[in-house]
Amino acid sequence: MSVALFFEANDELSAQALTLAQSLGEVRAFSFEGPYAPAAWASALIDAAGDDDIVGPGSERGNEVLAHVAAQLDLPFAANVTDVRGDEVTRQRWGGTLLEEARIHAPRKLLTAAPFAFAPSDSLLQAETLRPDVSGAVQVTEHIAPDTGGKVSLADAKVVVSGGRGVGSSEGFAILEELAALLDGAVGCSRVVTSAGWRPHTDQVGQTGTKVSPDLYIACGISGATQHIAGCKGAKKVLAINADPEATIFAHADYAVVGDLHEVVPAITAELKKVKG
Amino acid sequence: MKVLVAVKRVPITGGKMVLTDDGQAIQTRHLGFTISPHEECGVEEAVRIVEAQGGEVVVLTLGPPEAEDQIRECMALGADRGIHLVTGEEWDAQATASALVEAIDAEGPFDLILFGNESADASGFQVGIRVAYALGLPVVTGVKAIAAADGRARLEQEVPGGRDVYEVPLPALVTVKEGLNLPRYPSVPAKLRAKNKPVDSKPVTRPESKLEKLRLVVPEGQGKQAEILGNGPGAAPAVVEVMQKLGVA
Repeated sequence: MSVALFFEANDELSAQALTLAQSLGEVRAFSFEGPYAPAAWASALIDAAGDDDIVGPGSERGNEVLAHVAAQLDLPFAANVTDVRGDEVTRQRWGGTLLEEARIHAPRKLLTAAPFAFAPSDSLLQAETLRPDVSGAVQVTEHIAPDTGGKVSLADAKVVVSGGRGVGSSEGFAILEELAALLDGAVGCSRVVTSAGWRPHTDQVGQTGTKVSPDLYIACGISGATQHIAGCKGAKKVLAINADPEATIFAHADYAVVGDLHEVVPAITAELKKVKG
Repeated sequence: MKVLVAVKRVPITGGKMVLTDDGQAIQTRHLGFTISPHEECGVEEAVRIVEAQGGEVVVLTLGPPEAEDQIRECMALGADRGIHLVTGEEWDAQATASALVEAIDAEGPFDLILFGNESADASGFQVGIRVAYALGLPVVTGVKAIAAADGRARLEQEVPGGRDVYEVPLPALVTVKEGLNLPRYPSVPAKLRAKNKPVDSKPVTRPESKLEKLRLVVPEGQGKQAEILGNGPGAAPAVVEVMQKLGVA
């Protein structure tokens, strides 16, 4: 039995999807050239796959292309799968803070691999390049580069200093900004903060914001709602600073400081300056 | 413009997922309900478009009788009327899409149909796309900016490293993400007006699920034992030590 893989890019999520695909059978990988046009890409992937199962990465485009494949074939599609057992899958709900075990009633499987649920495969892969005809198809017509003002982006930052309700105001983020700058990191926030208008939505870490995967995530005055955890669970290590020792965030943290962030964060900044000279 | 927004009633989960004894649902006895954040922005966007250009905002949902509360919430934001497909069961994405398509077909054409990019709870990333195929409409997903006028829409989708732009003719189906706008806080008069706006409710029967939910499971790893570095500002040296150990300072 062979499996068709939507090999989106030579990146970590596609390498993780390859691991899932390899667990299902012999893999034929397909990459794409030309403007992104999800419906046309899906059609080309269907033609190339024959009757095989189709697997993609759990990225935005992976989930989008597989959903187009599913709509074109009128077959079920299980997004963000963490495990496959015969015709049963485990998949992520609520941005990965809850799992669903489900049975697929179909002659073939359409799946994406949940981000960071599989170790990336180190197999050398020869992907076949597809160049679908995208004329007349809905497609990307222009790309706008972000204006980051020279700062590291939230998604790419090695350190994210994030603030929640406990920060108290828009001005309160100045101490987080200072610490982040010292660490070459980015500032993030919880949904409460963007809803209150203290920070723009582009700074929001969470299920409906940016999903981050830094080496260190510093959660300051964040209670730890599932909405937020869904965005930061890709972090290698989490340090939580919170005045409430019972805060849920501590159950998701590797390191804890119990205390008022308005005192703790400046103290960390001062100590860093001292150590760095 | 006639704009339809599809929404879904979901619990406000807070900090911890607790399941019912049979593992089929989240224990919601002590929880409030809302619509998915992406969809709230969809409703706000639809209302802004109609405020600027005239027309009508219709909200469509498939859900339990209580989901009428969420239709009223959308009406408090400015939606004009609601269509409620009433069912006590959870439907898979294919069945949901079919039922929504039938309801949309019965209402006549819309210029713009908005969905959330994915629901907060099931997170299937597909109902909007399936509906677009069934209606023969162009579809763009994950949109964070919409400019719709003169039978065309310019749409911006957030991607790693910036934004991709699409231009599609209307009618079209667009799935949106939070950040599209900052939804208004409904006023008291708007909430009162919402009570008297029309909702067309009809019972629907769930077909067999092709992606059949067997049970829900709370993932392991909730309940880590954090290493306590200290209390208050006195913890700073221990924090910096950890940063150096991790190679980030």
